[in-house]
Amino acid sequence: MRLNELKAHELLPLIRRHEVTVEEAVTETLDRIAALDGTIQAYITVAREHALQRAKEADARLAKGEPPRPLEGLSIAIKDNICTKGIRTTGASRYLEDFIPPYDATVIERLEDAGAIVVGKTNMDEFAMGSSTENSAMFSTRNPWNLNRVPGGSSGGSAACVIANEAVFALGSDTGGSIRQPASFCGIVGLKPSYGLVSRYGLIGYASSMDQIGPMTRDVRDCALILNVIAGNDPRDSQSYPGELPDYAGCLVPEISGLTIGVPKEFLEEGLSGPVRDAFMKALDRLEELGARVVEVSLPHVRHALAAYYVISSAEAGSNLARLDGVRYGYRAPGQEDSASMMAASRGEGLGPEVKRRIVLGTYVLSAENREKYFNEALRVRSLISRDFQEVFKTCDCLVGPTSPTVAFEAGEKTRDPLEMYLSDVYTVPPNLAGIPGISVPCGFDEEGMPVGLQIMGKQYDEATLLRIAYAFEQATDFHRRRPEVPQKTYQSESAGGERSV
Amino acid sequence: MFEPVIGIEVHTQLKTESKLFCSCSTRFDAAPNRNTCPVCLGLPGALPVLNKKALLFGIKTGLAFNCEIAEFSGFDRKNYFYPDLSKNYQITQDAFPIGTNGHIDVMTDGKTRRIRIKRVHLEEDAGKSVHEGGTITGAAYSLEDYNRAGVPLLEIVSEPDIRSPKEAYEYLLMLRRILLYLEVSDCKMEEGSLRCDVNISIRPEGSDEFGTQVELKNLNSFRAVERSLEYEVERQSQLVASGGEVIRETRHWDEASQVTVSMRRKERAEDYRYFPEPDLAQLNIRRSWVDEIKATLPELPAARRMRFIESYGLPEYDASLLTDTKELADYFEAVVREYGEAKTVSNWIMGELSRLMNATGIGIESVKVRPGDIAAMLKMIDKGTISGKIAKTVFEEMFAEGKSPETIVKEKGLVQITDEEELAKIVDCVIEENREVADQVREGKDKALGFLVGQVMKMTKGRANPQAVNKLLRQRLAN
Repeated sequence: MRLNELKAHELLPLIRRHEVTVEEAVTETLDRIAALDGTIQAYITVAREHALQRAKEADARLAKGEPPRPLEGLSIAIKDNICTKGIRTTGASRYLEDFIPPYDATVIERLEDAGAIVVGKTNMDEFAMGSSTENSAMFSTRNPWNLNRVPGGSSGGSAACVIANEAVFALGSDTGGSIRQPASFCGIVGLKPSYGLVSRYGLIGYASSMDQIGPMTRDVRDCALILNVIAGNDPRDSQSYPGELPDYAGCLVPEISGLTIGVPKEFLEEGLSGPVRDAFMKALDRLEELGARVVEVSLPHVRHALAAYYVISSAEAGSNLARLDGVRYGYRAPGQEDSASMMAASRGEGLGPEVKRRIVLGTYVLSAENREKYFNEALRVRSLISRDFQEVFKTCDCLVGPTSPTVAFEAGEKTRDPLEMYLSDVYTVPPNLAGIPGISVPCGFDEEGMPVGLQIMGKQYDEATLLRIAYAFEQATDFHRRRPEVPQKTYQSESAGGERSV
Repeated sequence: MFEPVIGIEVHTQLKTESKLFCSCSTRFDAAPNRNTCPVCLGLPGALPVLNKKALLFGIKTGLAFNCEIAEFSGFDRKNYFYPDLSKNYQITQDAFPIGTNGHIDVMTDGKTRRIRIKRVHLEEDAGKSVHEGGTITGAAYSLEDYNRAGVPLLEIVSEPDIRSPKEAYEYLLMLRRILLYLEVSDCKMEEGSLRCDVNISIRPEGSDEFGTQVELKNLNSFRAVERSLEYEVERQSQLVASGGEVIRETRHWDEASQVTVSMRRKERAEDYRYFPEPDLAQLNIRRSWVDEIKATLPELPAARRMRFIESYGLPEYDASLLTDTKELADYFEAVVREYGEAKTVSNWIMGELSRLMNATGIGIESVKVRPGDIAAMLKMIDKGTISGKIAKTVFEEMFAEGKSPETIVKEKGLVQITDEEELAKIVDCVIEENREVADQVREGKDKALGFLVGQVMKMTKGRANPQAVNKLLRQRLAN
């Protein structure tokens, strides 16, 4: 096995014992990117020089006898809507194509302080708006399990590079399913933490009341290791959770007997594809075998979740993205006579069609004549959904359901019909509205070998129980051990495709 | 006859060290864009964090304006595009302002009226556009300076309770006085740290209806507010009296020609698409904190004025003037603490001190005379060490040099001559030199006596004790 194929918790002991240098480990990941990413196209920017420099610094520290840090030498891929100081951060938008942030997001500071090394920035739907990464203004990312399929979205690049061994793990962001759905499509573990658990400082805002950054990893243990580093109060994010947090990796015991697991019946209604239903039903059996009590529950208001989500998220997005006006940074349309036309043209030319669609929608639902009918109504639905969850969590330790109604779909299949694309998030949106955590773990494959994800939803700030259940399920199955066979170019070749510069 | 109905919105910058949502300095004189960071520049991913001191100032002000302080407060986004607004939305308070339903009492021409305060809320200021090479339309290019972006503002909105231009003026004076007493704002209109927008309509006297509102802009002083309102009352009254109709519009006050000019018609209110600011948590303002703040509020101008009247026995006029600023009132009280006679102190402060301050343009905060020195000087008068007249000379010196009265009197030899023998010699000398006048006195002409006193004072350069001189002259010239 090559170093870049190891999980974080497998690679860390080798580095700690000095059996492998950080430079060796990082180089293998960078070589893998160079070889493969021309095919997968997971990265918008590869920070090769930056990563090698950091690797050498880490080796120098270790050589001096400094104690290894919690994530020492791990190659991480960062979704391109998370600001990295000195490394361009585009949000997969033409508007920010040349934007190099003067500051690091809090999660980047924390990961780097813990010894992790940023190897690149991953592709996504422009400003995280989409479910297939096809809304990227740069290019589309392919699903490593089948190059004709989408990797999901919006964190498609992060999901694809993790399963393709182009990074040890990745960060994604999730506003309505953008971590969990691509994790499900690519057969990895993706956690959307409780709202406020991980600082949003430095995350390009999409819908601020729902955005969360989370880990995308090859297994649950890695997920817990990363969460340990990135979770925790940040005074720079006013919505940050101030409470004490447990050691998430320490909570991983494969023991769930006696726990009550609810299955919301609304998640098994029309729209759910056969293969996903089959895999999900088998997963339920497995959970029962592990000693959990599986019960049917109801979340009566979730049928309105998608509508409420698109109203609220678009309203917030329209406002958040208003700052992209050509005045201070980013794209500026040439040849305009006055500031108002310059701002309008810069937005018109710099932003993509899905982004514009949501800005228009957001402006519409907040306008004086529509606000009550749409925005305020959506807020009411949101609080009803939160109450639904609170109600079922009185009797259940967690809820489970499929992560997405289908496996990864064909590239181009849903780009014509935005509503069809939106339905891909129908199961992942409710936790964002309620602020509760959700995780997707691999729970099977369809006949064509495409992965299926199981979504587990927990009580707010109770990631420990969520991870324990996910861990127990994972340990009782072997879906997470499978890897796609990606047709690749010669391993040593210096592919220009992976060398997109910083 | 018509009655004006006036409402005023005041925006005042809070004098916190740092901005409302980031730690950048609020200094207004820095080089362009020096005081900026990812947050106030609206860079992608930057998040606001509320400055607690600004919130404290907001609550303080709300309390001083007799508002109810909200238990649940929070921020909203006001969305509009403008290059000096770095996020293209302003973080403000729409649905849940800090303070509501307040009032202040305003005295105009001796009559006190209560003006209700609709709301007091926090918001962030915008940056400044500089149009190079002309006006906004003719400029070759524009520059943006975001130093001011994010500076905390407090908006204080009155109900349309003001009934005359003069009352508007007095309202603003009282509002500024309160803010200065609270030490939450510098209230300098010339630096833009206090701005006001005024709404005015007219209606037949005795009516309860509201007329069509006109908004006035470009009001750069309280006097400009008063003048523009006077103009507008006249304009609207004539218009309506001659069968015309006031239109809803914004009018610009032209200071040079002292008229208001139509800027733009307001067909309908702008739609700012307010919604709750999702980047900030809701504020739960603890009652115990509000009580704590209430307990530390300084004595406010109206209360202090009353106390000056009641406990010092000052006339209303004196009390009003002395409590105009906190600094002046503090100064007055510091003198009174060392010299008990409040009215005497008041006379000196409102007389000599004010005269010299006006003449030199020096404010009370930089006056060199220490309160203790005024008290010492007044005691010297009482003891007869110096005369009241000499004291004025001494005081001028104190004001100019900051020296103590004792030092000045010693240096200049200004001690009053009270020694009878010494005075007698001088008096005799004067009588000798003015025999004719002396005779007139003997004949009972009191006016002549004054002349002789004057002569003695002249010879002693004012140092003679006038009472003693008087007595001696009368003795000498008695029949």
